[in-house]
Amino acid sequence: MNEEKFVYVIYIAATPEKVWKALLDGEVTRQYWGRENVSDWKPGSKWEHRRFDDARTVDLVGKVVEFVPPRRLVLTWADPADAADVAKHTRVAIDIETVGDMARLTVTHDEFKPGSDMLRKIANGWPRVLSSLKSFLETGRPLKTWA
Amino acid sequence: MRPPLVSLDMQVFTCIKLRHQLAAFLPARQDGTVREIDKVFKALADPSRRQLLDRLHAKSGQTLNELCKGLDMTRQAVTQHLGLLEEANLIAVQWQGREKLHYFNPVPIHEIYERWIRKFERERLTALHNLKTKLEGKQP
Repeated sequence: MNEEKFVYVIYIAATPEKVWKALLDGEVTRQYWGRENVSDWKPGSKWEHRRFDDARTVDLVGKVVEFVPPRRLVLTWADPADAADVAKHTRVAIDIETVGDMARLTVTHDEFKPGSDMLRKIANGWPRVLSSLKSFLETGRPLKTWA
Repeated sequence: MRPPLVSLDMQVFTCIKLRHQLAAFLPARQDGTVREIDKVFKALADPSRRQLLDRLHAKSGQTLNELCKGLDMTRQAVTQHLGLLEEANLIAVQWQGREKLHYFNPVPIHEIYERWIRKFERERLTALHNLKTKLEGKQP
C-alpha cells in the first residue's frame, strides 16, 4: 500500500447544500467539470464518471461507500480498465463543512497502488475541478480552461 | 478652555467624511476573494514558509516533529509559520489518532495560476520552463 495521500481544501461562498448539488447534479457538473457523476448513490452501488460525448465515455468507475447529504461522500475511484480489480481502486472522501458564511470542501484522496498512474492524474485534476467549481458557484462562470 | 461642542461634532464629521473618501482609493477589503489572495501572497512572501511548503510538497502528511527535523528554526517558529500557512489555506490539517498531520494544499496556488495564465500559453510556458531547468542543470 502506497501511503501517499492528497488533501485538497477550498472555501466556497455557498451553502453546503449548493456545493453538494453541484457535485452530483449532471446539469451543474456539465458546466464546470465537463463530466457527470452517475449512480443511484446507495452505499454499495456503482458510480461512473461520464463524458457528455455521443458515446457517453466512462472515464472513472467505483463504488459508493458513504452517502450523507450534504456533508460526506466516500467513493472508491478507479480507471474503468481496473473496474473488476478492487485491489487497484483508490479512495476519495469528500467532506463539506460550514465555516462562517462559507462552505469548506475537503477532498481526501488516498489508497493509491504503487506504480499507478492515477496519482499523477488526480494531482492535475482536483485543483482544476475545485477552482472551476468555486468560480462557477460564486460568479456563475466556470474556469475557461475547463473544456 | 473646552472647545465648543459644535466644533467637536464638526471634527468627527470631517473624520468620517475623509475616511469615506479615502476608502475609495483603498483595495476592496470587503471582497472576500481579495482578502483570500492577500493571505496567500503574504504566506508565500517568506523563505522559511516556502521551505516548509517545499518539504510538504516532497512528502505530504507530516507531523510538526518531522517538519522541524533538520530545520534551522525553533519549534515555536515552525508552529507560527504553519499557522499562517493554514490560515492562507496553503496547508490542510488532518488528525490521525493523536497525530496532527500537515498536507500541502495547492488549490490557492492553482487559482492564482488560472487567473493569470491563459490556456494557449501553457505549452509554451512549460517548454520555456523545461529549457531553463535543463540549461541550469536542475531537476524540472
